[in-house]
Amino acid sequence: MDYALRTHQLSKTYANGVTALKGVDLAVAQGDFYALLGPNGAGKSTVIGILCSLVNKTAGNVEIFGVDIDRDFARAKSFLGVVPQEFNFNIFETPLQIVRNQAGYYGINRQTALTQAEKYLKLLGLWDKRAERAGELSGGFKRRLMIARALVHEPRLLILDEPTAGVDIEIRRSMWDFLRQINSAGTTIILTTHYLEEAESLCRNIGIINQGALVENTSMRTLLRQLNVETFVLDLEQPLTLVPASLAHNTHMVDPTTLEIAIDRDDNLNHVYAMLSAADIKVRSMRNKANRLEQLFINLVGQAPGNSK
Amino acid sequence: MNPLQQLIAFVTIVTKEITRFLRIWQQTLVPPAISTLLYFVIFGSLIGKRIGQMDGFDYMDFLVPGLILMSVINASYQNVVGSFFGAKWGKSIEELLVSPTPIVIILLAYITGGVARGALVGLIVTGVSLFFSELQIHSLTVLFSIVILTAILFSLGGLMNAIFAKTFDDVSIIPTFVLLPLTYLGGVFYSIHLLPDFWQQVSMANPILYMVNAFRFGFLGISDVSLLVSYGMILFFIACLFIASLYLLARSRGLRA
Repeated sequence: MDYALRTHQLSKTYANGVTALKGVDLAVAQGDFYALLGPNGAGKSTVIGILCSLVNKTAGNVEIFGVDIDRDFARAKSFLGVVPQEFNFNIFETPLQIVRNQAGYYGINRQTALTQAEKYLKLLGLWDKRAERAGELSGGFKRRLMIARALVHEPRLLILDEPTAGVDIEIRRSMWDFLRQINSAGTTIILTTHYLEEAESLCRNIGIINQGALVENTSMRTLLRQLNVETFVLDLEQPLTLVPASLAHNTHMVDPTTLEIAIDRDDNLNHVYAMLSAADIKVRSMRNKANRLEQLFINLVGQAPGNSK
Repeated sequence: MNPLQQLIAFVTIVTKEITRFLRIWQQTLVPPAISTLLYFVIFGSLIGKRIGQMDGFDYMDFLVPGLILMSVINASYQNVVGSFFGAKWGKSIEELLVSPTPIVIILLAYITGGVARGALVGLIVTGVSLFFSELQIHSLTVLFSIVILTAILFSLGGLMNAIFAKTFDDVSIIPTFVLLPLTYLGGVFYSIHLLPDFWQQVSMANPILYMVNAFRFGFLGISDVSLLVSYGMILFFIACLFIASLYLLARSRGLRA
């Protein structure tokens, strides 16, 4: 298999003694849409920082499209486009200047840079804003500007560090569509996000980092298959005083009109409904307690995404 | 990156730097013209008439070269320290760091941006000085080379300051407590022959003295120090700061974790 990214025993200890990465082995195939997840402070941004040279690794190896960053980092970096978590453009420049200049830093001549900048600013709906000061753009447009900037030199590997943080659902969905398009066109994408529905919807493979170690690295399908139990929340028509004995083994009463019921993957809902009917419990509505991936994530790292220990 | 791509990256950074200081011309180009105008009016026209001659020249004519070079020093230093620290503080420096542009190209481009602003400010101040003095030129080659070399040196100084600075206060400490005293005591306003022997010797340790005198030689053909020594000193300091800047950037001092 050809890999876009491979890390071997990647480690990082910061000057203050904090060990952010403890020998991470990561492999992302060419053309993949890969989710790199983990709670805050798990080490995701450190991995990304090392890949794009903003963080110096302590030990280990990194290969980007087969190029070892210790041997030819400039060439390895030419394959990369990075959308960082925080806005990091000059707020006094215009989107056109920012995107065109970025192309120049990759050695793309001015005319081609202008053509490329126009292409990506139009694709991301920023062309009408091209002459405005970047600092005056809304949060959603700023995020899109960073994606346009990362793509202007048409990288083979695009790294997105929480690209949809703080943007409304409409813009987020349009960004998902855009990312799917460029992935279909052959760009490998690594995505970190706290929106697990985003990862589940977009990504084919997934790695989960916790406390500097990779605790899971598999396909999304395989991971989701590991979820043996799903929890449903039932809103009842009439209040209950006690959970019936037939349901006690898998049911928890949140309040007199709300039950949480854990159902095995092998079980079926008809059986559950039969037991509820037998106990004369009428259900007004039902919903999943958590997103499937979120449930797995909590199982693996012991906390919800976005929380830190 | 091949050499052509490196050249494109270099031109991109330089264009960006020049665009930046031209965009804020009210902050970068007008203030030196106004402050130098005030120097000319107060020290040249008003006080200068009472001083008479300095080293055989009208005080105003003696003053002009020093004031031009002082504005070049300040402009080139301020350009690089302001731009580089601003990029560091706002994190837009990461745009460059994540790209394959070599560190040496980034360094050369920032220096060129500083030289461009220093030279432009020098031209503006020279234009202002024409209202007060009939400039004579002894050696255009010396004038041109000293302006460029001085601007390179102080662009490097500004870069070093920006690399070490962690707050905006750090950016103003060196210009206020180091650059200003060295410039004022560097023979801009007087000939060191006016000083007692001891202070003359102390002044010889001030690198700005050599630049100002070499520049004055380009206009008037006089200098308190040897021209060769002046060039040697400037080139020596440029070499030291260039190597130090390259080392610090390569080590990512203050830029990477």
